[in-house]
Amino acid sequence: MMSGSVVDNTVSSGNSSAAIPTDISGQILDLDEDDDLEVFSKDTTLTDGSSFNASMQTSPASMINQYKFEEDADTKDIFVTVDNPESHVTAIETYITYRVMTKTTRSEFDSSEFEVRRRYQDFLWLKGRLEEAHPTLIAHPLPEKFVVKGMVERFNEDFIETRRRALHRFLNKIAEHPIFSSSEDFKIFLTAASGELTSHKKQGPGFLSRMGDTVKAVAAAVRGVRNRPQEFTEMQEYVEAFSQKISSLDKVTQRIVREQKEYLEELKECGPTYALWSQSEEELAEPLKNVAGCVDRCCKETEEQVKNLSDHLIPVLHEYVLCADTLKAVLRRRDNIQADFEAKTEALATKKADRDTMRNDLDKAEDRLEWANNALKSDWTRWQKVMRTDLRSAFVDTAERNVSYYEKCLAVWESFLHSQRTDAEGNGKVDFS
Amino acid sequence: MPTKNNFLDSRQTKEKRSPVSITPSMVEKGTSLLKKMEISVAEAEKRTGKNAVNMQETYTVYLIETRPVDAASEGTNPVLDSLWKRYSEFELLRNYLLVTYPFAVVPPLPEKRAEFVWHKLSADNMDPDFVERRRVGLENFLLRVASHPVLSSDKIFYLFLTEENGWKETVFETGFQAKADSRLKALNATFRVKNPDKRFAEMKHYGDELQSVISQLLRVRARAADRLYGVYKVHGNYGRVFSEWSAIEKEMGDGLQSAGHHMDAYAASVDDILEEEEHYADQLKEYLFYADALRTVCRKHELTQYELEMAVQDLTSKKQQREELATGTIRTFSLKGMTSKLFGQETPEQREAKLKMLETQIEEGEEQVKERNAECDEFVKSAWVDIERFKEQKDHDLRESLISYAIMQISMCKKGIQVWNNAKECFNKM
Repeated sequence: MMSGSVVDNTVSSGNSSAAIPTDISGQILDLDEDDDLEVFSKDTTLTDGSSFNASMQTSPASMINQYKFEEDADTKDIFVTVDNPESHVTAIETYITYRVMTKTTRSEFDSSEFEVRRRYQDFLWLKGRLEEAHPTLIAHPLPEKFVVKGMVERFNEDFIETRRRALHRFLNKIAEHPIFSSSEDFKIFLTAASGELTSHKKQGPGFLSRMGDTVKAVAAAVRGVRNRPQEFTEMQEYVEAFSQKISSLDKVTQRIVREQKEYLEELKECGPTYALWSQSEEELAEPLKNVAGCVDRCCKETEEQVKNLSDHLIPVLHEYVLCADTLKAVLRRRDNIQADFEAKTEALATKKADRDTMRNDLDKAEDRLEWANNALKSDWTRWQKVMRTDLRSAFVDTAERNVSYYEKCLAVWESFLHSQRTDAEGNGKVDFS
Repeated sequence: MPTKNNFLDSRQTKEKRSPVSITPSMVEKGTSLLKKMEISVAEAEKRTGKNAVNMQETYTVYLIETRPVDAASEGTNPVLDSLWKRYSEFELLRNYLLVTYPFAVVPPLPEKRAEFVWHKLSADNMDPDFVERRRVGLENFLLRVASHPVLSSDKIFYLFLTEENGWKETVFETGFQAKADSRLKALNATFRVKNPDKRFAEMKHYGDELQSVISQLLRVRARAADRLYGVYKVHGNYGRVFSEWSAIEKEMGDGLQSAGHHMDAYAASVDDILEEEEHYADQLKEYLFYADALRTVCRKHELTQYELEMAVQDLTSKKQQREELATGTIRTFSLKGMTSKLFGQETPEQREAKLKMLETQIEEGEEQVKERNAECDEFVKSAWVDIERFKEQKDHDLRESLISYAIMQISMCKKGIQVWNNAKECFNKM
């Protein structure tokens, strides 16, 4: 499926880990009063479908009720898959696209099935938009742009497959998120034809307005937050520790894979040695050949076990390493929103002119802060549940695979014993009783 | 290592470590010696003393115990004899047996220095694990000799088991060392045999192959053991990190913590696994060294064959000389012939004397050929009997070893299944 060499020229416009411009601050309170009425239903179709920033949410008060929403797997009404990578060659670049298929019963979708092709850039854009709209909600991480360690070629099959799986998980996590999944940008991502998407992407907040807000945000960040509520400080401490632990687990698991690969290399030489020996023997030839076969079969099982670890446990751990980074970024953004509010409060107290405008700004900043805090608190609970489920099932899965590996090897050696028993008893040589 | 408790206990702990190869059937095949007494190398101890050049040295001595077999109740078996011997004395015994029974495939001693070690195993001769494995190996050696149809009835061997002091002198008095030196020289010399017995040539070739393949297997196995150790031990890190992680979690804490304990257990389990595998390696090593003993017998055959061929060659040349002298024709080049041509013929008296001498030599030569022929035949006969016995023993023992290896693997798999099932239960509680 791959053709030609590749240059990845993706330039992200919505990199999540940098300080997010709080340009949304002006937009969040573009309230449409009608929206308030819809919030209390379980159905999270909050979008009014018209403007591109419809993924911006409504008033803070309504948000609180919203986040008490409980996820119920049985009511899952949208299914997304990412598969079928293909390479595209143009005059300027070569890149990969993935097929994104959606099946849904949601009424806001025009149809029940969609199939589009998206490239990594598009995923980055989506994530950026979601984070802009909801700076203190926790989005699942995207796979990294390129592999930093190791000489992994960016477009070899393993890399593409790993990335495809991670993109699949990303979209599914977004689809499972009560707020993100009703984002208009998400809908457009899943359904729009390539041309449509491109033009939609162009309608973002203007570059200059974003620049202005970035400056404000940097200033706020530099100033720092003064009175951070205890619970967010605790969150930060937790995130620090969690980040360390999950990184350690990632490293330990990778080390295990390395050691197992080296073990496998040595084990691969054992079988042939037994086979070689059997050639010099008469009576012993059969059991030696048998042992050689057993060792070879165990080698195959070990190989598969190594692959399992690499394919299943490591990607999950790695994603939660990235999650920890996301959490840190979310906490930083919250801090920035608070810092901005604090700065405006100070300004109001000290400056004499423009008091009305400043009071207005302060009110907006206060609302924004309250909204951000509540959003984070709710999503934090949700995230912890999801994390717990994900990591639990990843470790349970790993344990099951280990059990299965040992069971298979056990069977191999037991069949050898059995063959020797029937052989020996047949020859009347050995009494196993 | 067995401590100074009663014999039954130490035998029970040793039962586990007893070489798989010595089965009851070997005892029944019955050397009269084993029917009379039980032999064991019960303990090992460090000693310090002055050596031959009056320098302080530390060495290990091994306790040889013998017990009468017919005593009914095992619990109250009185020790017949117990004496301490050094590794060097075992070596002396073996060298004596090698020289005295050249046709026998003499059981090997455990290795002098630890070879084929993987990194955790010590290569130090003073290391307690090495000493313990050597103790087992020495016991194995004694049992092997004691169950050999010919070697078991050797007087010096019996004295080795029953006499502590003065045994060395007794061995030297046999004068075996003189024979040893000359034979050793001959064996190390390179010589070409014209008509070796084909079976021995094949056996020698087999001995070479066996030595080569077992060496390879031991090397590969040691490296694999090293790697396996690494795999298991790294899992110990899971234990540590899970424990630390559980401290910051509320609901997940318990599950993580207990899973961590199982990961620690998993990491620790590799020590026992590899220790057991070391016994398997020891069984292979015994046959690695046996291969050398086998080759030695084949070389000895070549030596006797060579000596016979030399004697025949010598006789033939002497007979030819007689013919030439009698008929006056020179068929072969000889210095005497040349000098007589150059410096004149011999007198008839001189020729007569020479002929007479030749006749005597030929008579002696024929005797020698007869002797050597008989020696050769004897050797071939008894050596081949012992080689056949050895083949049967080897096939039986190595098959048992392979079976015990399979059993070890099964045990390792069962442990793995248990640990990961336990861990899975804990993970489910996360």
